[in-house]
Amino acid sequence: MKYDVVVIGGGPAGMAAALKAKEQGASVVILERDVRLGGILNQCIHNGFGLHYFGEELTGPEYANRFKTKVEQTDIKVMLESMVLGISEDKVVTVLSPKEGLVHIEAKAIVLAMGCRERTAGAIALPGTRPAGIYTAGAAQKISNMDGYLVGKKVVILGSGDIGLIMARRMTLEGAEVKLVLELQPYSSGLKRNIVQCLNDFNIPLYFSHTITKVEGMPRLTGLYYAPVDEKMQPILSEEKYVECDALLLSVGLIPENDLLNGMNVQMSNITSGAVVDEYRMTSLEGLFSCGNVLHVHDLVDNVSEEAEIAGECAAKYALGKLDNKGTKYNVKAINGVRYALPQVVYGGDGKVRVFFRVGAEYRNTRLNVKCGDEVLLTKKYQIVAPGEMQHIDLDKSKITGDITLELEA
Amino acid sequence: MEKLDCIVIGGGVVGALILDELSKTNLKAILLEKENDVASGASRANSGIVHAGYDCTPGTNKAKFNVEGNALMWDLVKELHVPAKQCGSIVVAPKEGLKGIQELYDKGIKNGVKVEILNREQTLKIEPNISDEIEYSLYAPEAGIVSPYKLTIAATDRAILNGARVVLEAEVKDLSYKDKEWTVATSNGSYTAKYVINCAGAGAAKINDLAGADHYETEFRRGDYFVLDSTEGKAVSTVIFPLPTEKGKGILVAPTADGNVIYGPTSIPTNEGDTGTTLDAFAEIRKNVSLTYKCPNYRKVIRTYAGVRTIVGHDFIVEYSKKVPSFIQILGICSPGLSSAPAIAKYVIKLLAEKEDVKVKENLVPLPKKKKLLELTDDELNALIKENESWGRIVCRCEKVTEAEIIQAIHSPLPATTVDAVKRRTRAGMGRCQGGFCGTRVIEILARETGKTIPEIKKDMGESQIAISRIKEDSHEV
Amino acid sequence: MKGRLETICINCPMGCPLVVEEIDGEIKVTGYTCLRGKKYGEQEYVNPMRVVTTLVLCEDGTAQPVKTSGPIPKDKIFAVTEAVKDIRSSKNTKIGDVIIKNVLGLGVDIIATRDAI
Repeated sequence: MKYDVVVIGGGPAGMAAALKAKEQGASVVILERDVRLGGILNQCIHNGFGLHYFGEELTGPEYANRFKTKVEQTDIKVMLESMVLGISEDKVVTVLSPKEGLVHIEAKAIVLAMGCRERTAGAIALPGTRPAGIYTAGAAQKISNMDGYLVGKKVVILGSGDIGLIMARRMTLEGAEVKLVLELQPYSSGLKRNIVQCLNDFNIPLYFSHTITKVEGMPRLTGLYYAPVDEKMQPILSEEKYVECDALLLSVGLIPENDLLNGMNVQMSNITSGAVVDEYRMTSLEGLFSCGNVLHVHDLVDNVSEEAEIAGECAAKYALGKLDNKGTKYNVKAINGVRYALPQVVYGGDGKVRVFFRVGAEYRNTRLNVKCGDEVLLTKKYQIVAPGEMQHIDLDKSKITGDITLELEA
Repeated sequence: MEKLDCIVIGGGVVGALILDELSKTNLKAILLEKENDVASGASRANSGIVHAGYDCTPGTNKAKFNVEGNALMWDLVKELHVPAKQCGSIVVAPKEGLKGIQELYDKGIKNGVKVEILNREQTLKIEPNISDEIEYSLYAPEAGIVSPYKLTIAATDRAILNGARVVLEAEVKDLSYKDKEWTVATSNGSYTAKYVINCAGAGAAKINDLAGADHYETEFRRGDYFVLDSTEGKAVSTVIFPLPTEKGKGILVAPTADGNVIYGPTSIPTNEGDTGTTLDAFAEIRKNVSLTYKCPNYRKVIRTYAGVRTIVGHDFIVEYSKKVPSFIQILGICSPGLSSAPAIAKYVIKLLAEKEDVKVKENLVPLPKKKKLLELTDDELNALIKENESWGRIVCRCEKVTEAEIIQAIHSPLPATTVDAVKRRTRAGMGRCQGGFCGTRVIEILARETGKTIPEIKKDMGESQIAISRIKEDSHEV
Repeated sequence: MKGRLETICINCPMGCPLVVEEIDGEIKVTGYTCLRGKKYGEQEYVNPMRVVTTLVLCEDGTAQPVKTSGPIPKDKIFAVTEAVKDIRSSKNTKIGDVIIKNVLGLGVDIIATRDAI
């Protein structure tokens, strides 16, 4: 089997990338491990998707369906229940599926669009017992929104990530009592609208700078202890409190799922846990592209779609020998309060390049300076910037003459 | 009631290996386990180390069984297809620890164990990442690692194939001896046999009391651990111990037989069944690991767990009761219990042979090796998929486990009936996402294969349902 | 009449902190940075509206996601979730299908947001 572009993952990133690649005239296959296209959007039944991309508010499945319908109108080959077991550096993709068996696909370009996974109780070393009743928020969401079952009646949520907030409302609407939401940081990592519409609307308390000190109950969760943390993030045990609950949902971070790249010669970012990419979303391995949550975790799917379109279009151009990536490369660095910027590499030339960035903490009344050497290319004021909300700026490529730094003004 | 020769109480590694040995003989045996799977106590939560036997006091049961057990282990794991590796171990010490290393060496020689004292350079060749302060080590090349729960499960499976029976969820309520027969009443039936073999681990002293056998006081010590991602698996190639103390062998850094790395255990006095980890314990592990190992990587932690050691005096007890007849009591099998289990099992058969005419059966059924996706060639895999497409359906992404492997586990001689039972047999859910993606698929497959509803499927022991009720059906709680 | 509401604008990721005050029948919003924010503040004070997304149970036991076809008064959220509780959707449901017409007379429909699975 041979394709110009092999897209790994059939969620929002994969579908958008595949469609753009197809527009360029490439032959395209999407390898999706689930039984349907759409990825995690299928279980995100809440609304709020698509305001930027479609100019209207959609639910997750509706957003996915728009892309799925378009994919079905093309001759993009879609392989479902197809798990990629490996990629070689000469771009042979090994994929396993019940229908086609073990297949090796020769690709001219590969787009990684596998999304992310959730941090687990184990990864955060949650102290106490390990009973039934502890779920990542996304797993609880799948059990509820796809399978049609509830995981508990008295719920505590650790972490104020968006999936946790969304699940607070979901469980409330299903008749469960969400007792509280605990957040280790002094700010929320979720979107403001979710704080308002998922917690405030239902009077669910959110405690910042709090963590769980011990989980109790075996074989099923019966309750947990929680406490505020000091400035070193250590729990203040003298202020420990107990809450009875039969379910604990964890919304404590998402990690790009780049396991396929283990052992491959692809430059990775320690901060995003995704690949280092240039403005075409091409990794350090020629012809290997990355986009969506496998590249860096996004807060809005609209941004995922846009990023994936860049990756898909450029992957097709690369495959068809049309990608101009021979210009001078400049690094984009994030310092002084900016946690990361992406892409990490831009090319000189004409036109504009959009650089996304995320800050490391909540800052009010601050200013972003984008510098090239000592020259300030751009400066922008922010009333508030928070880690939970990705920002972007557009730079004139003609002004770029060296490596770029993004920093917040002290 | 059927006539039995032996009732084995307790489905830990000791009980499973005894049942396996019994199933090779003319003696009819049954194993009673109070939980819904074997390896539900200490045998599921320990370090998985096959100790060489240098640190046991010479002349003790511990020394004898450990050295014999280690020698038996490597053929046993091959027969049972259990992941294991004779990777050797080092006890590392700073300059001032040479005396301690020398003492261990002397004990090792007395116990008949192959040991060697290495200097820093020699130690670095075996394990490049020992901490900078380490000057000496005691190297024991015969030590190794094994998956303790897979050993228990595989031994049970083979025993069943050879005619032994296993009753799960059979908590012992009463034991009585009458007309040269023991009757054991459990929460899941009553059983009668000539002999009782009590290897109930944490509950063994209670069983002894119920039977009127010798009374023992039990102490419990909890050991907490970190488990690291298999991507760290290559960072450690041998078992790294500190010098042992009164409390035990200390906090080690070791590869696991399944390709992960563990840091632990602590040794904290506790009560029976307290497998909850604590913040203090995590801090203690962090502090101690860096004394022996230079590059701990806590970012790669995927799981924490704790197991409970059962301690009865200073030595293992493996003998006939002095107070009641035909009652073999096996107590206090803490470390090096896993290493000793194969030898303890053989010794129990010897004890029985003192009173019974024990004959080895002919035509023993070998345990078939289960196929695993990661061990198949392309052609073998495609042939399997043609026959049965579930070989092409990956359920656990992290550990690459197919639906076919999960179905195999559910229909094993000792069937896996819970999500964790499937996990222990197939590794589905053991990876970095900890079942976040595959957990619900495993539930569906379990429900389908066993004819149960989704809310009936349990995570693990007891009432550990994962999905508790259907949406919109409040009144229909399960 | 006097009233006050502190809330956060949800129209975009900016999340402007809004203060809505009613003094002598006049509603004054502060804290917004665009007109959508001003309008949102007023709306939240006078008659907060929400699109409700929830589940109904499909006849085959799976979950069927649905939403209100438009926003409804915030204080009617639980009435709506109660109204869909006993509905069993068809396993042939397609995205966009109307599950309940004009739910509770609120002038909006309950519609499917995904094909039945």
